[in-house]
Amino acid sequence: MSRTARLRLFLAAAAVLAAALITAATELPGFGGHHHPYGERAVAAGLARQTANIISSVNFDQRAFDTLGEESILFGSVLGAAILLRLARDEGKRRAAAEPVLPTTRLFGATLLPVTLLVGGYLVAHGQLSPGGGFQGGVALATALHLAYVAADYRVLKRIRPLAALDVADALAAGTYAALGLIGLAQGAGYLANTLPLGTFNQMSSSGLVAVINAAVGVEVASGVVVLLAHFLDQAVEIVHNGENR
Amino acid sequence: MSVFPYLVAGWILLAGLYGLVTSRNLVQAVGCLAVAQSSTYVLLLAVGYRSGATAPVFSDLPTDAPVVDPVVQALVLTDIVVGATVTALLLSLVIQLRKRHGTVDPEELTGLRG
Repeated sequence: MSRTARLRLFLAAAAVLAAALITAATELPGFGGHHHPYGERAVAAGLARQTANIISSVNFDQRAFDTLGEESILFGSVLGAAILLRLARDEGKRRAAAEPVLPTTRLFGATLLPVTLLVGGYLVAHGQLSPGGGFQGGVALATALHLAYVAADYRVLKRIRPLAALDVADALAAGTYAALGLIGLAQGAGYLANTLPLGTFNQMSSSGLVAVINAAVGVEVASGVVVLLAHFLDQAVEIVHNGENR
Repeated sequence: MSVFPYLVAGWILLAGLYGLVTSRNLVQAVGCLAVAQSSTYVLLLAVGYRSGATAPVFSDLPTDAPVVDPVVQALVLTDIVVGATVTALLLSLVIQLRKRHGTVDPEELTGLRG
């Protein structure tokens, strides 16, 4: 198909889609309205289970089984990318070069790396109380490690990045989430039902299963992102096609 | 103009799709897919918005305070995570294509090769 024909076909389809979207938008409840039946029920259910952060309650308690599916997509994508980006037969590895770094940049990295690690850990640990949780905190933790690459070079990042352990941690955390669901079954409730002691509202130990799943997801996201970025950075920095001098 | 945020979401979707159709570079096409996907964030958050309300986190709020819909916020959260990792998977496919076929232009990828 020629480029103009394809563009014409798209514009015709887009016009239909735009008309359908506009019609649908006019039928939606008005923006900023006060009628949110699902939201109100989710808030009531979250508060009843001593969870201050209702979003965590929705994700890891009320629809924990759906989140298990989404978290498996994450695991599957990391696995797929790792397989696609493995060392091919006609490729070799070279040692990453040491890069010159400004002392001020190095100071910036050395100062902010532990601070960012702490923030990431805080976000994961307080996911049931304040904004944050396993997904956001995991990304913050993975970002912290990569400050070493930004503020120094790839050799330093490789030294502080326990890649073999993180590979295993990613799989273990994904399996832990699935296994945690069995607690509910063992206690006679449903799979992934929140049957742990609920604790006191607004305390670290509140919300039962939510805090535990949060921790598992935090480990999985952090290790998954580090493993993903490791494969991409290897492609950019270390892996060379044999017979190719870069 | 209470439908305006919904129309913004539709516009972002169409802009992303336009990019997908016309792109000559697969890395850019993956970016366009991410743009098209981000329209769902705008749509979901717009559906859940309530005027004058705050975030559905009750650690420093009275429990009867008006809050925005937490269900759609939770959906957006997982949407972002899944979107980011699927983007990574697609980009690794592009890297493989570049290695095996020497191009990232979808128009030049015509023949099947074993």
